[in-house]
Amino acid sequence: MTDQEKASLFKKIAIVGADESDEIGIVPHKSTLQLHAEAARNALDDAGLALSEVDGIFSAGSAGWSPTLQLAEYLGIQPRYTDSTSVGGSSFVIDVEHAAAAIAAGLIDVALITHGESGASGGRRGGSARPALDPWHPAAQFEMPYHVGGAPTHYPMACMRHMHQYGTTHEQLAEIAVATRKWAMLNPKAMMRDPITIDDVLSSRWITYPFHLLDCCLVTDAGGAVVITSAERARDCKKKPVYMLGSGEATTHQTIASMPDLTTTPASISGPRAFAMAGVRHEDIDVVEVYDSFTYTALVTLEALGFCKPGEGGAFVSGQRTAPGGDFPMNTNGGGLSYTHPGMYGMFLLIEATRQLRGECGERQVAGAKLACVNGTGGTLSSTGTLILGAD
Amino acid sequence: MTQDGYRKPLPSPAPESRRYWEGCKQHELWLPFCRSCDKFYFYPREFCPSCFGWDIEWRQASGRGTIYTFAIQHRAWHPGWEDEVPYVTALVQLDEGPRLYTNIVGVDPDPAQIRCDMPVEVVFDDVTEEVTLPKFRPVAT
Repeated sequence: MTDQEKASLFKKIAIVGADESDEIGIVPHKSTLQLHAEAARNALDDAGLALSEVDGIFSAGSAGWSPTLQLAEYLGIQPRYTDSTSVGGSSFVIDVEHAAAAIAAGLIDVALITHGESGASGGRRGGSARPALDPWHPAAQFEMPYHVGGAPTHYPMACMRHMHQYGTTHEQLAEIAVATRKWAMLNPKAMMRDPITIDDVLSSRWITYPFHLLDCCLVTDAGGAVVITSAERARDCKKKPVYMLGSGEATTHQTIASMPDLTTTPASISGPRAFAMAGVRHEDIDVVEVYDSFTYTALVTLEALGFCKPGEGGAFVSGQRTAPGGDFPMNTNGGGLSYTHPGMYGMFLLIEATRQLRGECGERQVAGAKLACVNGTGGTLSSTGTLILGAD
Repeated sequence: MTQDGYRKPLPSPAPESRRYWEGCKQHELWLPFCRSCDKFYFYPREFCPSCFGWDIEWRQASGRGTIYTFAIQHRAWHPGWEDEVPYVTALVQLDEGPRLYTNIVGVDPDPAQIRCDMPVEVVFDDVTEEVTLPKFRPVAT
């Protein structure tokens, strides 16, 4: 499909419901599927739709094999369309484009995208987020003999190259942690709501150099869901529709050793597609919600999306530009850094963008927000989904 | 060190990468090479990931390269590294082109001592009787 043909998805669908599970944060007394189900009920209530109207279900989120089979059975539905796309935390953002295609093709009417993950508590009850690799998998042969660790140990390698190539500093990364915390202080659902300073970030302990503890996202338990239907049907739902104006999806590698250029992300591919489909310019965007697994993830994503040039992300975020009151409102819920991050975070970008465009954000509302840019990043900076969302 | 005393994950060489691991055991770095593209690639598979051509051969590499990037691991995420933190993980860009995930040894795990684009050379670590891991150390200047 060419970008032009794909542009047929412009304003074809809308997000009509969005919400978290009843509790997010540390929720050891609820299973992952329970978190999915609570969020599904809350998002459907938000839309004014019933579960019986859902005919397509989308999710990457649940430990183990076949998330959508687990979920459909647990919810008690037999959807005619399922999509378990599993490319990391970006999956839920990418699911919006997939749901749009299915709705535009007439295959389904109402899509439910859900997430539930016990990132903080699952391990304590004996769970494992990811199944073991085939011992002959390249990562098992050529990476794990040297180091075993997840994203917090590999993203720093990308950041280190960026620092070397462009002179990006620890202080510039810390600007993002501090600004994002200021947003969290305005969000009653955020886990971390005490103010922090640049010095607090720089004096927090090393996790993996060049990342301090406060450069890293939280590890929580949380569920979230969004409900999507055609633009036509959306006008009859309970709240103001949040239209998908543009979308893009991209993947470039799985393991970090095979990442083509460590100083960018696949958002340099998915971003231009989404902007082209929407027919909007960067300066038109009112609010930006980008995956912040680490401070660096947000910084490099702004470059990859084209909000600034490669290497200029550090200067771009300086002076608390992304904080409340700054001229570039970003991650207004407090982000993965300070609000919640159960392991895969993309769902929560969608929920916050929807709330901002509806004007539901209270103290943290970006005044007059009509256009949002959302970017999910998954794997080891491996996959991205970019959306341009808009309200009338 | 004996196999019984070695606590880190060991590679289980796949048939398609056996030549690589056999080379390491001989303290030689052998890489797959695509005859159509006239270039090396990594990791091993029976075809070239650039052109999907299956006309490949194995060639010995120089063992020299530069640190493309690195990180200093301050936390042991696996019990095998409990006594070694902090240690250095890196992507080494070989002179022949491909990048390898590896450890940098022979230098303090100190960002003042290690930098991107620093020249390095391979050293072979016989971690068990069966397995030898290529690691890299800064080249003395």
